Amino acid sequence: MRDVAIIGIGVTKFGELWNDSFRSIGIEAGLRAIADSKLAGNEIDGIFIGNLSAGRFINQQHIDALIADYSGMATNHIPAVRVEAGGASGGVAFRQGVMAVASGMHDIVLVGGAEKMTDLDDPAINSVVDATADAEWEASMGLTFASLYAMIAQRMIHEGTATREEIASFAVNSHAHGALNPNAQFRKAITLDTVLRSGKVADPLGVFDCAPISDGAAAVVLCPLEEAKKHTDSYVKVSAVEQGSDTLALFQRPDITSFGATVAVAKRAYETAGISPVDVNVAEVHDNYTVSGILALQDLGFYRKGEAGKAVLDGEVTLGGGKLAVNTSGGLKARGHPIGATGIAQIVEIAEQLRGSAGKRQVDNPKYGLAQSVGGTGSAVTVSIMEAI
Amino acid sequence: MATVAKEWREIPGRYNLEGSKCPCCKKIYFPKRGLCPKCRRESMGKMEDYNLCREGEVYTYSIIHEAPECNGKLKPYAVALVKTKDEILIATQLADVNLDEVRIGMPVRAVLRKLDSDGPSGVIHYGFKFVPIR
Repeated sequence: MRDVAIIGIGVTKFGELWNDSFRSIGIEAGLRAIADSKLAGNEIDGIFIGNLSAGRFINQQHIDALIADYSGMATNHIPAVRVEAGGASGGVAFRQGVMAVASGMHDIVLVGGAEKMTDLDDPAINSVVDATADAEWEASMGLTFASLYAMIAQRMIHEGTATREEIASFAVNSHAHGALNPNAQFRKAITLDTVLRSGKVADPLGVFDCAPISDGAAAVVLCPLEEAKKHTDSYVKVSAVEQGSDTLALFQRPDITSFGATVAVAKRAYETAGISPVDVNVAEVHDNYTVSGILALQDLGFYRKGEAGKAVLDGEVTLGGGKLAVNTSGGLKARGHPIGATGIAQIVEIAEQLRGSAGKRQVDNPKYGLAQSVGGTGSAVTVSIMEAI
Repeated sequence: MATVAKEWREIPGRYNLEGSKCPCCKKIYFPKRGLCPKCRRESMGKMEDYNLCREGEVYTYSIIHEAPECNGKLKPYAVALVKTKDEILIATQLADVNLDEVRIGMPVRAVLRKLDSDGPSGVIHYGFKFVPIR
């Protein structure tokens, strides 16, 4: 297997992009990534796209062909593949791209993620999101996706491993960083009180505990590490990209206050990269809800069970607060969560940080960055580790 | 709109809490499974029907304020993971309950209720909800 490098990154603004279609945002991110890689474009020999549900959001199936066509690649007849894994669609697409290059099947691959959500109204969008849980035995029984995470939060509070305030503080961290990201959907710092007093969604979680509905796209260009220098001076190494699964339904797990898939996948990723959690300087975790962020910090081995909440509340993971900065992009909560794009946007942020091009939200000289992407309630998880060169 | 077939094939689980029991390791699953994830091939084609105990307690819960359209009239309403007396967790709505009373550990039992319907002229979906044991 060959080592793989990220040689180009591109991202659109995230948010309610009324003027932009799925086609336009998908192409914009891809073209930015290709331009950033200094390639002409014809060198690309494969495309992977993370996308949750263009079929239901914009009534368009077969978006692999659409992206290949509108990015001008279809005339080269290169393969294009659409990847869906719930909220982890982007993370899994990234892994597919890395595997394609590592194996030698492909040399230069474009991995994108795109979602156009706001063409539907809120109930219709939520119905798509609810279907990333067990549609038959969770959603059809009247449970919402938010309520599943709310029940995790409720259980953590009951077991004494997090307080309501600690859980809520994850959104404060995300917004503090989102305020520094020009592409973020929400560029405003908030207080803990704002989260705690926000309208209820699924008690104990409120509006400010939940990632927003967003449009957006992100893309990266991959090539073999040993070839990277031929194309660009600013690239990063992919040190590990691991993926794992768990039961589709939350209620079929022995413990709902930890995601077994994250624990297992993180362990594999650290082994592959030859590092341990303390070596990670910057991480992007899947905070589709505040409580997910707390879970992630524990399951990824950054904190012991019951200790992540306090650390977040104390500002330890906020820029300048400690040895590890978390969700410097603003995370899903403040940067926005166009579902299929999210996993790729995390990779883009880690690459920005490791290249030293993250501007106002730059972490001081990071060596290792980690991205965690989650589908459903931890039913699919990817953990990727990138290294500065 | 979904067909009637999609509804009636799930009736054993939805109405009677019918799950599966592995004949090899005796582990119980809900909903039904064609094989036991632990015993796999050993259990294939041999999984036994098993009706869950209809009593249990609230393991965790949430009060839903932003509801799907079909439950718009119901909101706010309570949902829970209930641990039945045979130690199986299932996802359910709580009915006939004062929302302030819901707590972890609350004893509950299964009842048959209308879940929702596919619009005014579509299929009506019935299934279990849980109510407090008073």
